[in-house]
Amino acid sequence: QEKEELIEEWQPEPLVPPVPKDHPALNYNIVSGPPTHKITVNGKECINFASFNFLGLLNNEKVKSAAQASLKKYGVGTCGPRGFYGTFDVHLELEERLAKFMRTEEAIIYSYGFATIASAIPAYSKRGDIVFVDEAACFAIQKGLQASRSNIKLFKHNDMADLERLLKEQETEDQKNPRKARVTRRFIVVEGLYMNTGDICPLPELIKLKYKYKVRIFLEESLSFGVLGEHGRGITEHFGINIDDIDLISANMENSLASIGGFCCGRSFIIDHQRLSGQGYCFSASLPPLLAAAAIEALNIMEDNPDIFQTLRAKCERIHKALQGISGLKVVGESFSPALHLQLEESCGSRENDVKLLKRVVDYCMNSGIALTQARYLEKEEKCLPPPSIRVVITVEQTEQELDKAASLLKEAAQSVLN
Amino acid sequence: MANPSAVCNGHLHHHHNQKQNNLLKSGISKKNGITKGMKKNGVSNGTLYKKTFIEHFEQAPMYVAVFTFVGFAVGTIFGYLRDFMRAWGLEKRNIAAEREQQKDFVPLYQDFENFYTRNLYLRIRDNWNRPICSVPGPQFDLMERVTDDYNWTFRFTGRTIKNVINMGSYNYLGFAETDVNALKTVTIELEKYGTGVCSTRQEMGTLDKHVELEKLVAKFLGVEDAMVFGMGFATNSMNIPALVGKGCLILSDELNHTSLVLGARLSGATIRIFKHNNMQSLEKLLRDAIIYGQPRTRRAWRKIIILVEGIYSMEGSIVRLPEIVSLKKKYKAYLYLDEAHSIGAVGATGRGVVEYFGMSPNDVDVLMGTFTKSFGAAGGYIAGRKDLVDFLRTHSHSAVYATSMCPAVAEQIIRAMKCLMGLDGTAQGLQRVRQLEKNTRYFRRKLHEMGFIIYGNDDSPVVPLLLYMPGKIGAFARRMLEKNIGVVVVGFPATPITESRARFCVSAAHTREMLDTVSTA
Repeated sequence: QEKEELIEEWQPEPLVPPVPKDHPALNYNIVSGPPTHKITVNGKECINFASFNFLGLLNNEKVKSAAQASLKKYGVGTCGPRGFYGTFDVHLELEERLAKFMRTEEAIIYSYGFATIASAIPAYSKRGDIVFVDEAACFAIQKGLQASRSNIKLFKHNDMADLERLLKEQETEDQKNPRKARVTRRFIVVEGLYMNTGDICPLPELIKLKYKYKVRIFLEESLSFGVLGEHGRGITEHFGINIDDIDLISANMENSLASIGGFCCGRSFIIDHQRLSGQGYCFSASLPPLLAAAAIEALNIMEDNPDIFQTLRAKCERIHKALQGISGLKVVGESFSPALHLQLEESCGSRENDVKLLKRVVDYCMNSGIALTQARYLEKEEKCLPPPSIRVVITVEQTEQELDKAASLLKEAAQSVLN
Repeated sequence: MANPSAVCNGHLHHHHNQKQNNLLKSGISKKNGITKGMKKNGVSNGTLYKKTFIEHFEQAPMYVAVFTFVGFAVGTIFGYLRDFMRAWGLEKRNIAAEREQQKDFVPLYQDFENFYTRNLYLRIRDNWNRPICSVPGPQFDLMERVTDDYNWTFRFTGRTIKNVINMGSYNYLGFAETDVNALKTVTIELEKYGTGVCSTRQEMGTLDKHVELEKLVAKFLGVEDAMVFGMGFATNSMNIPALVGKGCLILSDELNHTSLVLGARLSGATIRIFKHNNMQSLEKLLRDAIIYGQPRTRRAWRKIIILVEGIYSMEGSIVRLPEIVSLKKKYKAYLYLDEAHSIGAVGATGRGVVEYFGMSPNDVDVLMGTFTKSFGAAGGYIAGRKDLVDFLRTHSHSAVYATSMCPAVAEQIIRAMKCLMGLDGTAQGLQRVRQLEKNTRYFRRKLHEMGFIIYGNDDSPVVPLLLYMPGKIGAFARRMLEKNIGVVVVGFPATPITESRARFCVSAAHTREMLDTVSTA
């Protein structure tokens, strides 16, 4: 009898809490037409400084015609996971090409960029293993670590001394319990070019630490693939490191290759394991073949024109210099990084006010023809929330005048809004 | 039918189906073991169900189960033997090995994890990951693969096997096609928009195509609003954590898909599992949860959410929606329905299990589905009331960090949905749904007449056919391939160890002759 009363009385919370009407994410920009160099946002035509289209391949004719040909041959979807007749010859070809391009033994393709690293990490690192991760790691890495249930140790961003301290602590722990230490695997997860801060990781020192303390390295190259290095092979080429020293490189094809999806590459010993235990690979439909064909064509273009990487780097340097000295905003990021952040030099006190202020700067720029966006984060879920900022993306297609115009416009906007 | 005795692992496994066949043909319905008869629920819950709900879950005779275990045991013993020989160098090591410089690192894989992979899976590995080189329609072209060293590596001969009947792809309504007229709009959109989006939903990634698609999805399902995502698996694993958190309770079905399980684990809520499609178990869990509260603190739960699927992909059974909805209303829980396989495939006009049972979509709190199966594209959606979708637009992990759907793919979904709703002027959509229904019934009836053990609901287009023994898995798939039919067999990790099965997916594009060929093979 009492039980019935309890059941009657219990009231759950509403399924979703109400969202205030002026939440910034609700009124987002609607883009009509393709998000290429000239973009029409909310009806206004602007120059695109917000999409990660680094090599300008989104509007490339050859890429589009390759996708069209594959559409005629294969239709749109694959209707099945890789294991059950979802493997097409384009997938196998793309995997081979990627492996050859990155000079590794094997590559494996995922159908979604976020799922790539979020499925790769739990395939190797299980409960009881130890992962050392940089504080500024992106959200996908954080989700992968959460799904893997391993012990996570954060070290300060790009601070090798802090990492070494943690590794030494781990070593002393190991000596207390050598039997357990023999079976706990250790990993370091870093990004090539960090999306949240725009700088690169010091890879040569990491390699030294790897051999000294016997840890494996997982490198995430979403932003640096197709950007760094002489031929666009990423941060290993940039530093001249033997690619076999890195255990696993994971990247997504959504930035430089203007396609959708992601891939992991490395030695067969490591990559083959994901074919049976990568959750986003085994239990999800494979990449639509037209996107795979587009990626192959994009790779062809990258291999044929190795000088676009040099051009991109020059443009980044130029705008980095031009953006220095804006009153009220500071530039965060390396000089050759194509994705910069502009943060407020002094915060107004609360994050909400900062966000509102930055929104006014962005609106000013959009009204004058430059499309920018604020970097978005999920405030409650991130482990180390970066401060609010405006994201500036440089692509190969922007001309020098446009770069200069953008820089001067930002200066004006900062002047009028912040002073 | 296949050979009466298949030789595997050096042991003879007799073909048991023949015996069962004989029994049925002679009109004897008793079997040697435990027989769970057909469950007919039209009578006991007559008020809730408008159609009779017939599901079959016959159990196999005892000797079949025994032989299955014996088969696995033999495989395991051979596995140990081979490992032993490999360790002592008597047999070649064919797998990739660790680098020389890293030999003294902690080993990456435990030896035992790989045991199953090395010894049992590898023998029949050629039945999975078969590459195809044409559209995955009712028939396709397979690339021929041969192996020189017992499945350790494969080599492509360069030839293709043409016109293999496709019983494996999830092509329920036959939208995976390359007809130029049908794909006209998709071609135009591809030319206009390019292939990628290069930005997340909240930053610069919302195209007008996405807005159009979301409105159309909401109209199709009869709800207020919808939101689309780029990948079906990711839809579940990124939105369940946004909806529930610590202090909430998730009640999920035994046989839920990995994406639901992953989403539930990532959310941090407490998970309790109820037996598959078993309403008494669910009700008991609900009562206990409300009465006793959270395990240690005895505080009340913040929310209770029930995770179910429309059609379960391995069993072919349909969820008992009316009962769940009545339970949910009584105990004030929330319902999350994953219609990955059932959207477009069941229901009078293809609107999923909600329509199949004649219920209103407002009864289900969160309607989720994927576009990969029935619509021949890729991606997922979540639909429901406007405040739910608004919340997801702001708080979903995918909206903030993951790129949005490719616009050409969105166009394919728009065209398929318009066809289904009849908005493009033809009755083709309805025709496809009817054809699928007819094909399903015909195929199931035929297989049942032949005496195979088939699981699942009579109306579900997913038809699992039980083969119990490990030896049969490989033999069945290979024989079918020789006869130009591509099937899908599933074994241990995805199904319980004694119940390996072959799974057929009926499609609206299959003609009657194709189904006949398959069933007589």
